[in-house]
Amino acid sequence: MLEPLLEGGIESGPLWPYVLMTVGALATYFWRGLGVALSGRVDAGSRLFEWVACVAYALLAGLIARMIILPSGPLAEAASGDRIAAAAIALAIFFLTRRNIGLGVAAGAGALVLMTWGRAFF
Amino acid sequence: MNDTDPSADTAPAPAPLAPDFGSPRGAALAGLRGSVGVPMIVLGASYLGFGSLVRGAGLDVWLGLFSTFTGWALPGQIVVIELYSLGASLIVVAAAVAMTNARLLPMTVALMPYLRRSGTPTWLYYLFSHFVAVTAWAAGMRVCPNLPPEQRLAYFAGFGFALWSMCLVTTALGFYLAGVLPGFVTLGLVFLNPIYFMLVFVADARHRARILALVVGALLGPPLHLVSADWGLLITGLAAGSLAFGADAVLSRRHA
Repeated sequence: MLEPLLEGGIESGPLWPYVLMTVGALATYFWRGLGVALSGRVDAGSRLFEWVACVAYALLAGLIARMIILPSGPLAEAASGDRIAAAAIALAIFFLTRRNIGLGVAAGAGALVLMTWGRAFF
Repeated sequence: MNDTDPSADTAPAPAPLAPDFGSPRGAALAGLRGSVGVPMIVLGASYLGFGSLVRGAGLDVWLGLFSTFTGWALPGQIVVIELYSLGASLIVVAAAVAMTNARLLPMTVALMPYLRRSGTPTWLYYLFSHFVAVTAWAAGMRVCPNLPPEQRLAYFAGFGFALWSMCLVTTALGFYLAGVLPGFVTLGLVFLNPIYFMLVFVADARHRARILALVVGALLGPPLHLVSADWGLLITGLAAGSLAFGADAVLSRRHA
């Protein structure tokens, strides 16, 4: 899992993650700065912005689903059935507690911890 | 995050309802106090998760702090870490973060009219726009329109600064906790990232187009990742987002 970090060319240097983070930060601030510059001149409720919102939602939903179903890093050590069950528990608790995000998140993460811990004994 | 009642998430916080804090300084302090409560706890906990994710990716704590300091907006930060772990190229990272955070543009455009006041130096707006992210933005949209004009930017700046500081602290805390806690507990911390965003987006999805985008994106994400670990995320966003947007437009026309 960690092989891609340890081999390769220039992109394996110690500054590479800082380069990626800086580019990420610029790509983030760009929208905020542009928003200040454009405010009063464009309509925040336009169709174009609705499409932009759809693309962002779809991208993040794809990332979230991938992190749960096909994770990289430490989450790959948990059983995939446990991860999916924990996500389902988080959703169930969220809706049962009148859409309380804090309780849903705590229940989902707690369930994954307990299931992973339980597997050490069975 | 609040669903139908705009005052719902102020209820647990001791936010004063008086629309006047006396001075810009008073408004900034009121913003600091206003951020303390459920939103700060939930956001702080999710940055604990981010800190653990940073450690899980084999990076050091300074990188996590650098990310939270400069690129504050959790979805984009997670995208960078995940794509870094996969060995993605600079172009892919830039495009994916830009697409993830493009929502900050309409958010900033919508908020700015409530913060503007003649006489305020323009650079202050550019500086404090760094705090435009879901939680502080929602508070600014709710509180600032009711404040005297000279207190609005100060309130938003105080609120955003407190949240941002808290996130820096919990990023570092999450990183160190992931190093000392047993592996199965660290798993839970890292798991906060996808679970938190899953619920935030489910809670926030009220428009049909956005609900469709979530469903189609979640279905396409994993298989497209298997097709291309590098480009899968970008293609998922563009394809599923456009599909959802188009389907919503067609459905609206049919029922018009």
